[in-house]
Amino acid sequence: MSETVNTIRRFIFDNFLFDAGEDDLGNDDSFLEQGIIDSTGVLELVEWLEETFSISVDDEELIPENLDSVNRLAAYVARKTA
Amino acid sequence: MCGIAGYFNIQRQPETDLRLLERMIWPLRHRGPDGFGFFQDPRAGLAHARLSIIDLEGGWQPIHNEDRTLWIIFNGEIFNYPELRRELIGRGHRFATSSDTEVIIHLYEEKGENCLEELNGQFAIAIYDQGRQSLFLARDRMGIRPLFYTTHQNRLLFASEIKAIFAADPSVERAIDPLVLQEIFTFWSSAGGDTVFRGIRQLEPGCWLKLERDGTMQQQRYWEIPFQEREFARAPERELAAELRDLLIDAVRLRLRADVPVGAYLSGGLDSSAITSLIRHYTDNDLKTFSVTFSDTVYDEQREQQEMAGFLDTDHNEIRCTYATIGRAFPEVVRHTETPILRTAPTPLFLLSSLVRETGYKVVLTGEGADEILGGYDLFKEAKVRAFIAGQPDSACRPFLLKRLYPYLALSPSRSAEYARRFFNTDAPLDDPFYGHRPRWKTTAGTHVFFRDEILAAAGTPPVERLREQWAPRLAGLDYFSRAQFLESRLLLGNYLLSSQGDRMAMAHSVEGRFPFLDHRVVEFACSIPPRLRMKALNEKNILKKAVADILPPAIVRRRKQPYMAPDIPSFFGDESPQYVRYHLSERRLEETGLFKPAAVRRLLAKCEKRARQGFRENMAFVGILSTQILCDAFVENFQDDTPDTLPGKRVVINKEN
Repeated sequence: MSETVNTIRRFIFDNFLFDAGEDDLGNDDSFLEQGIIDSTGVLELVEWLEETFSISVDDEELIPENLDSVNRLAAYVARKTA
Repeated sequence: MCGIAGYFNIQRQPETDLRLLERMIWPLRHRGPDGFGFFQDPRAGLAHARLSIIDLEGGWQPIHNEDRTLWIIFNGEIFNYPELRRELIGRGHRFATSSDTEVIIHLYEEKGENCLEELNGQFAIAIYDQGRQSLFLARDRMGIRPLFYTTHQNRLLFASEIKAIFAADPSVERAIDPLVLQEIFTFWSSAGGDTVFRGIRQLEPGCWLKLERDGTMQQQRYWEIPFQEREFARAPERELAAELRDLLIDAVRLRLRADVPVGAYLSGGLDSSAITSLIRHYTDNDLKTFSVTFSDTVYDEQREQQEMAGFLDTDHNEIRCTYATIGRAFPEVVRHTETPILRTAPTPLFLLSSLVRETGYKVVLTGEGADEILGGYDLFKEAKVRAFIAGQPDSACRPFLLKRLYPYLALSPSRSAEYARRFFNTDAPLDDPFYGHRPRWKTTAGTHVFFRDEILAAAGTPPVERLREQWAPRLAGLDYFSRAQFLESRLLLGNYLLSSQGDRMAMAHSVEGRFPFLDHRVVEFACSIPPRLRMKALNEKNILKKAVADILPPAIVRRRKQPYMAPDIPSFFGDESPQYVRYHLSERRLEETGLFKPAAVRRLLAKCEKRARQGFRENMAFVGILSTQILCDAFVENFQDDTPDTLPGKRVVINKEN
C-alpha cells in the first residue's frame, strides 16, 4: 500500500503540481477542491493508472470516490489489483 | 486598409523634422506597403502607411476638408460611403477624391462625433482640427481595427500597433503589467482598455476620445452591443430567419465593395460556409476561397472545406499546417499579436494570410462573430446544460447531458457524468453575473501556479473579482445566456479574436478581413432574437441555420460544431522542436524576465517532453509562458528601431514648421 501511495504521489507531483513541496499535498486532499487536477487531467490520470497498474478503469468507476485523493486512488488500485 | 500613427503635443517644442513620424510609421509597413503619407504642424503629426483598396489613385492620406482645417488619417473601411457621399454632396460638400476617407472628414465637419453613428464599417480614425487645435480618435463598434495610445512627456502618441509607440521614443516605458498579465492568463485577453504593456492603452471598441490643446481628455462610448433586458422580437422563427437572411445579404453585398477582388475564408463550419454561399448566390463575383488544413487529423476539416468549395464551385486554395510549420512561425506571430497568447490558434491564420497575399488577393470575407452574436459556442451550451441540471438537482439522468458536450476532444472532461458535474459546478447560483464563464476561467487561472509570488502579489484582487466590479452593473438584469454572449463578444471577440487572431494575423501580410456578421445592423438584430431561440434546446445558431439552410449542403448545416483550434504543445516538441524554445524557457531567461517560476516551468517542460498530449491547463500554460517570454525579448529588452534614413514611397502632404 505505502509503495502504491508513493508511486501515486510521485505521479501527481511530476504531472500536476508544478510548484509544490512534499508537505503541500496531504494524502486525503481532494484533487478537485484544491484545483490540482483540471477537467482534462482526470483522463490523463486514468491512462496512467491503466498503464502503471495494468488495470482497466470502467466509465462507471470514474467517480470522485475512487479517484479524488492519493488515499482514495491507492484504495481503488488495491481493490482492482486484489 | 492601412496603418496609422501620430502624436499631439500638449505642451512641447514642435518637431523640427519628420523623423518622429517616420520612426512610428516604419514598423507598420506590413499594414500598408504601398507608400507613406505625412502631415505635421507645430501641434500635431499624422502618418499613414497605405494599402490601396478603394480609389487606387486618389486614396492618399492624410487628407483634409474644403478649407484645410481638418486633417484625417484612417485605417479601415466605411462600407456605406457611396450613399453617405451622395447625401453629403447633396448638402453642398465638395469632394477632392472618391475615397471613403473623405466621407468621414466631411461628415465630421457637419456632425462632430455624432458622425460615427452613420458609419457602417470597421475603422480606426484620427482627425486633427487645426483651427481648434484638438485631436479626435475613434474606433469601430466591435473593435475590428486597432488603436493604441499613451501619454508620454506632455504628448499623446497613438498608432495601429504598439510597436509604433515604442519606436517613437526610446524613453517610453516598455514593461509588462503584472495585473494585465494575470487577466490574460484568466480571460485570454485583457479585460478592458489596458494592454499587457504598462501605460499603453487601447481605445476600446465603440468609443471615441477627444484631446484639447490644454490637455483635457474626454472619452465616451457611442455604441454598445445591445444585449439587454427587454422585449424580444415576437415574430415566428421563419420570419426571424428571413429577416436575418436579408440583413446578411446586404452586409455581404456592402463588404464586396472594393476596387480589388475579394475572396473568402472557408473553415468547413457553418458560418464561413454561409458567407461564402451568400457571395455565390447574391453577387457576380469570381470566387476564390482559402482554407487551413492540418496534418494532425484532430484539427483538420479539409473534407468539409472541399465539399463546400465543390458545392459552390470556387477556386479553392489550401495551406497545410504541420507541427513544424506552426512551431517555426510562432515567434513571428507573437511579434504581431503584441500580447501573450494562450493558444497557437492565431498561427495558422498568419500562414493563411500569406497564402492569400501570394495569390494576389488583399481582401477576404470571413464568418467571424456568428458564434458570439447568434449563440454558437459550446460555452453557451455548457451553461444551458448546467442550468438545466440545477433545475432538478436530484435527477439521475440530467448529468448525462454533460457527456454529450465535448465528444470531439481527445481528453474530454465529460467521459464521466459524475466528474463533469463537479467540474462544471452545476450547483453555482444562476444569478452569478459570470455563471457561464466560471468553469473556463477557473481552468485557465490554473496557469497561475507558474507565476512568481511577487507577480501574484502585485495584482492584489483576483482578475475575476476586478471584472465583477467593473461589469456587474452592465450585466444586471440580463438572462444568463445573454450575459455569456455579451462577455464572449466583448472579451473573447473584441479583445482576442478580432485582434490576435484577426487584424494582426491578416495585416501581417497586408490582407484585410471583412466580417458580415459584425455589421452592426446584424448584431442589433441578433440581440433582439429571444435567447431561447438563439440556441433552441441544444441546437446552436438555430435562427442562422434556418436562414441559410437552403443554400448549403445539408451535411454542413447538420454538422456538429467543431471549434477552431490548432495543436499547441505538440508544435514545440518532437523531432523538429524549434531551438528558440530552450532559449526562451531557460533558467537564465526566466530569471531575467522575472515573471515565472523557473523550477515550475522546468517541471512543465519535462512533462511535455515525455508526452505531447496534455490537458487544457498545461497547453495554455506552455503557450502562454512561451509567448510572454518571446514578447519580453522582442519588445521589453531588445526592441530595435531600424528606420532607414529615407523611407521608400514617402509622400509629404504638408509639413509646416510654424
